[in-house]
Amino acid sequence: MKRAKVLPGFGLTLGSTLFFLSLVTLLPLGALVFKTANLSWVELWTYMSDSRAMATYRITVLAASVATAINFVLGLLTAWILVRYDFPGRRLLDAMVDLPFALPTAVAGLALATLTAPQGLIGHLFTPFGIKIAYAFPGIILAMTFTSFPFIVRTVQPVLADLEPHLEEASASLGAGPLTTFRRVILPEILPATLAGLTLAFVRSLGEFGAVVFIAGNLPFKTEITALLIYIRVGEFDYPGAAVLATVVLIFVLLVLIVMNFVQSRLYRRLHA
Amino acid sequence: MSATESEVVSHRGSLRRHPGRLALVVLGGGGAALLILLPLGAVFYFALHEGWAVYARHLADPSTRHAIWLTLLAAAVAVPVNTVFGVTAAWAVAKFQFPGRRLLISLIELPLSIPPLVIGVAYLFVFGMQGLFGPWLMEHDIRLVFSVPAILIITTIVTTPFIFREVLPLMQSQGTQEEQAAITLGASGWKTFWHVTLPNIKWALFYGVSLCFARCLGEFGSVAVVSGAIRDETNTMTLQIELLSNDRVATGAFALASILSSIAVVTMLVKIWIERRGEDAVDTGSEEARN
Repeated sequence: MKRAKVLPGFGLTLGSTLFFLSLVTLLPLGALVFKTANLSWVELWTYMSDSRAMATYRITVLAASVATAINFVLGLLTAWILVRYDFPGRRLLDAMVDLPFALPTAVAGLALATLTAPQGLIGHLFTPFGIKIAYAFPGIILAMTFTSFPFIVRTVQPVLADLEPHLEEASASLGAGPLTTFRRVILPEILPATLAGLTLAFVRSLGEFGAVVFIAGNLPFKTEITALLIYIRVGEFDYPGAAVLATVVLIFVLLVLIVMNFVQSRLYRRLHA
Repeated sequence: MSATESEVVSHRGSLRRHPGRLALVVLGGGGAALLILLPLGAVFYFALHEGWAVYARHLADPSTRHAIWLTLLAAAVAVPVNTVFGVTAAWAVAKFQFPGRRLLISLIELPLSIPPLVIGVAYLFVFGMQGLFGPWLMEHDIRLVFSVPAILIITTIVTTPFIFREVLPLMQSQGTQEEQAAITLGASGWKTFWHVTLPNIKWALFYGVSLCFARCLGEFGSVAVVSGAIRDETNTMTLQIELLSNDRVATGAFALASILSSIAVVTMLVKIWIERRGEDAVDTGSEEARN
């Protein structure tokens, strides 16, 4: 009687999952890394540290960092008001948050570029001050901010909703101001989720291509991101060059994910120890 | 994951006599609404600002029509394949315990974190002239790069995780008791899945399918790499938008973009509709934000 009844289909479903997964993900990524690993160290280094490539790393990482920082503030604020306050249009706003995930990035890029072009609806407000958004660095930041906006809202929102209100009431009754309460009581609770959201937003921004190419202007050394340079290398049939840059992006993304996953689990364990 | 409406409402504060709260709502809500609604509004405005006749003429353009057809074809391949894969993989992962289970989930969800463009480049090193199977494919006169099959395959690859990740949490939370009861009563495995599991996950599955469909239509980076973006041959909707935009046919680009935007909005309405049904089929905190 103690024998657990086991459902059928384990071998079949796991087997076909592993087979399909190997075919669609592991095989291509393996082939990419294999291609790169077959190059000599000198070739590898030359492709990797080429001055144009170096410029793209700097532009991509900087723009992704700024976009993630903007989303940290705007995303946290949006999650906070959605969970905590009652206001007209709250449900609509809640539904709208996911739009950047559903909207094709190319469409977002086209629309943002048109709006922020020097003559555009928003762009013309900045032109008198000599500020260019589209076809300049701020355009890259805007595109990345748009496409990664939902991540932080959606990771923080459920945690914030589950937070016990009596903790804050206790903190307030002990004389803490709202800011102290936020910093000492709320922030530690939502920190792991916030970090998870920041990581996802940052990684998404690093790899963003569709939205950025429309708005960036794509000038080498100025507004060229790494993903675009990879695309250009493919177009030039420079496959080793494309392989090296794609591997750099792949490894960087995986490193960010692994490190942040580790940090998060440490934080989570400390919180619930 | 998501707190239901009734749980949250108990401590949701009113804005009355709280100027600080009001300021936060105006700042956060206003900022988010501007960021999201301005681009969406711009798409429809620029698509239609020359009138419906011009709009229709742009959409009737043969190149644009070809791009729409090709994109629908890609979705018609990718969505069924990934529906079968997503449900199969979720069954293995949710209903059984085995070593490496968590690693398997991460691997299945990998295409969500890796830039699609990188996946596109990786594809070239399997099926391209310089790739693993390149020489063999060339010998047999099969072209799997810069061709229609390339678009179908890469679209399938980059949208692999979407249905899986929508049905997995539900299948996990429902456990195996109902299925075990059915098996004990003599139902076959297939019958159990069809009559017990499937009805339980149908709404999550439906949302997963709509999201996967929307993603198939909107894919850009990976398709740009493997398709070669050949005019009238391997141009999908998003590639056609880029081409029209480069050719300075802005209204044409926006007309095509308006179709994709409408589908994105419908996908979100589907999600809201499913949530309103009271089923906890789709978490609010889900989408790509779950990990």
